[in-house]
Amino acid sequence: MELTLWTYEGPPHVGAMRIATSMEGVHYVLHAPQGDTYADLLFTMIERRDKRPPVTYTTFQARDLGGDTAELVKRSISEAVARFQPEALLVGESCTAELIQDQPGALAGGMDLGGIPVVNLELPAYSKKENWGAAETLYQLVRGLLKPQLPPPGFAKPSPQRWREEGRRPRVNLLGPSLLGFRCRDDVREITRLLDEHGIDVAVVAPLGARPADLMRIPSADANVCLYPELAAPLCSWLERSFGMATVRTVPIGIGATTAFLQEVCGLLGLEPPAVGEADRRSRLPWYSRSVDSTYLTGKRVFIFGDATHAIAAARIASQELGFKVVGLGTYSRELAREVRAVAQELGLEALISDDYLAVEAAMAAAAPELVLGTQMERHSAKRLGIPCAVISTPLHVQDVPARTSPQMGWEGANVIFDTWVHPLMMGLEEHLIGMFRHDFEFVDGHLSHLEGASSPSRPAEAEQSGGQPAAAPVATALPGNGELVWSPDGEAELAKIPFFVRGKVRKNTEAYARERGLEVIDSEALYEAKAHFSS
Amino acid sequence: MGASSVVDDRHPALLKESGQREVFCGLTSIVWLHRRMPDAFFLVVGSRTCAHLIQSAAGVMIFAEPRFGTAILGERDLAGLADANEELDRLVKDLLERRPEIRTLFLVGSCPSEVIKLDLAKAAERLNTQLVGRVKVLNYSGSGIETTFTQGEDKALLAMVPLMPSSDVDQLLIVGTLADAVEDRLVQLFGRLGIPAVTSLPPRRSADLPPIGPGTRVLLAQPFLSDTARALVNRGARLLTAPYPFGVEGSRAWMAAGAEAFGVAPAQVAAVLDPLVERGRRAIAPHRELLAGKRLFLLPDSQLELSLGRFLQRECGMELVEVGTPYLDRQLLDAELALLPEGTCISEGQDVERQLERVRAARPDLVVCGLGLANPLEAEGIATKWSIELVFSPIHGCDQAGDLAELFARSLRRRAALSFA
Repeated sequence: MELTLWTYEGPPHVGAMRIATSMEGVHYVLHAPQGDTYADLLFTMIERRDKRPPVTYTTFQARDLGGDTAELVKRSISEAVARFQPEALLVGESCTAELIQDQPGALAGGMDLGGIPVVNLELPAYSKKENWGAAETLYQLVRGLLKPQLPPPGFAKPSPQRWREEGRRPRVNLLGPSLLGFRCRDDVREITRLLDEHGIDVAVVAPLGARPADLMRIPSADANVCLYPELAAPLCSWLERSFGMATVRTVPIGIGATTAFLQEVCGLLGLEPPAVGEADRRSRLPWYSRSVDSTYLTGKRVFIFGDATHAIAAARIASQELGFKVVGLGTYSRELAREVRAVAQELGLEALISDDYLAVEAAMAAAAPELVLGTQMERHSAKRLGIPCAVISTPLHVQDVPARTSPQMGWEGANVIFDTWVHPLMMGLEEHLIGMFRHDFEFVDGHLSHLEGASSPSRPAEAEQSGGQPAAAPVATALPGNGELVWSPDGEAELAKIPFFVRGKVRKNTEAYARERGLEVIDSEALYEAKAHFSS
Repeated sequence: MGASSVVDDRHPALLKESGQREVFCGLTSIVWLHRRMPDAFFLVVGSRTCAHLIQSAAGVMIFAEPRFGTAILGERDLAGLADANEELDRLVKDLLERRPEIRTLFLVGSCPSEVIKLDLAKAAERLNTQLVGRVKVLNYSGSGIETTFTQGEDKALLAMVPLMPSSDVDQLLIVGTLADAVEDRLVQLFGRLGIPAVTSLPPRRSADLPPIGPGTRVLLAQPFLSDTARALVNRGARLLTAPYPFGVEGSRAWMAAGAEAFGVAPAQVAAVLDPLVERGRRAIAPHRELLAGKRLFLLPDSQLELSLGRFLQRECGMELVEVGTPYLDRQLLDAELALLPEGTCISEGQDVERQLERVRAARPDLVVCGLGLANPLEAEGIATKWSIELVFSPIHGCDQAGDLAELFARSLRRRAALSFA
């Protein structure tokens, strides 16, 4: 038993719903009590879908439990098939139905449903979660549909370069994009365009927008692109084992990763590698990051948490392409914890693998970042801590499904990321000017409203002092188990002269220094000693 | 799977349906209950689905650390109930250590906890002995196999009834969660009518439970509190029957029923309430202009459907195509049924696909429905109003009648305002 207040992932059957709802021609009969129908609103509200998810719930009640719930399952299946005439049927159960063991998949297997493919989903609700459920569903569905096409044991692996002999352009599948994923709709568009520029066609995109018949064309491609490992990694591995299909595993988020992705795809398919300088020609991020206004981004402390795919990508972009300092990295994707740990280690960090948002918030507070890149949960935590935040990963909110095209992947994705991450921070020139003119009357309280919350909220006194009035009385600051540190009036006055956007950091460093030296009062001398200590 | 039966001689056709129900479970009511009682914590003992449901129904994750959470059952808990009980005790202890301000802890049963027969009443008893004097532990079930949506509040209030002190004091007890401002206003108006002792269940502080006894007259502020009403009657209170306080007509009749029970002269009632009714009508008028003659279809959801249908038909001039309700408690809705036009089509339960077929066939001007159905219906060209907003918004009383009408008129007004030509 574990206490959960907010959760990063839903139960595994919600993952199955994501697959069914992403596709066309698939219907999902879910043995579940009435409350479970809440999951429809994830799609109709967060994704603003104009159709109900293709899900029939049995909505059994307590009074049904004494009777024949199996009969209810069968009735629901036959009515759903008659009404929706799906091209493939998923049958499964939610957490409660798992306990009453009606085995809806087996029941469906024994029914005459006119020969449509039926996939029996067994998604253990008490040990697994949403992304796992989505990955398992996609894998089971494709496996079920491709069964008739399975090559015999010992078959010769098809060459990813066979397109040459077949006299056609090379083609790949994009696997993993789904509803309720982060910007999948726009990533597919961007990556399709990127591949097309390199002479590569997209055969099948799945599950987003695919029909069962499209899934059956998967083996006709020369390779699979594992675009979102959380959803597609098990499927790609199976296609490798069973059909000998090669997998492209680089996720093209960021300049370096997009370049590496192109190199991997082109290498695999036997195409010319991308020309040197393509990134600079096709994306503005490299130049924007080198331009002088971005100097102020140097060493900005950033805390990153999200699904593994987006957290790993964010860590590389932040540290290598924007010159930030990554001060925290973590994920709730336990299935991909190893990959995140490896990236964290390269950055000299220990990865935080947790699905407890309070633990994430505590780690965030301890890391004292200047920018948080996280999910909607971290956005709320960051807001509370007064730290700017950009959302980079699911779980998402309706505002994370923008009307405009806003990919994360490819060249345009890198542009979007530059804007989205840098925007919450102040622009360099602006920051400099505000520092210079902060004593002018225009910069007293009220005129700084657009910066509200950008400085540390745990020090409301500082906002007042930026008007120029140092506090008269010494300000005590609590020390854990160590009595209290006191700022003398001249220490406070000196602190107030420091530009507000670094003041919080200076205060923190000075207090750490004072504690280390056993000082009880911080005066202006102590502040300068600390400054010298930390700059040496 | 529809079956017909008779509601009463004025409403000969009740359509009873049992099929897929597109309704939240009772856990959802935690979203407004926990805001009413800031010193209470609601701990659902359930699955990840329960946690995800409440989070999704709450819509946005705006709270620092919410005063509700889910003790998620794992495979080990399912394997041995003894362990599950120990685990629950441990988890409650940790939780209360972190939240020392909590005075009442509700252990809330869910579908999985009911199915595995985890005895939360016993757990509450056990925890009460351990926590005596610090925190009161109560339990109820908000499971989807037993409760729909607003019924969760009924079960939560029912759990509080045994803790209410016995007293013969003459008082009016308002039952059902109200927005604080609305409650203040109603108490003030009852004061003007000459009823000084007005109490509320749930109270604003979970530990300050109102007394109960033969001097208590109960007015239900919500039509979904069947079990609580019966339990209060069993403790000696008198249940007043009236339409519910939505719209000026319902609100006036509801307040008048309270006044009558305290022997307030009708002239006094008229003197206090009629100006409010008059003002409320003026507030409704601009919305009535838009709503009158429009055809309304209410899908079963919040259990407010009959009351809202009555308000929209009688005060806003709408025509009722079908009034769906998750279940029909005839005793509690007697006064509402009497005010609905003869022959109104009332449906109980749901078979969502069939009901949507009726919606499409009828092409109503406005459909009241849950969040899962609203956008799909809008995409089919049918205007909707989400019902969940009705349980979060202050809509009770004469003073809110205009706002209540506006909630429905807004959907139509917006559609009329948009143009992409």
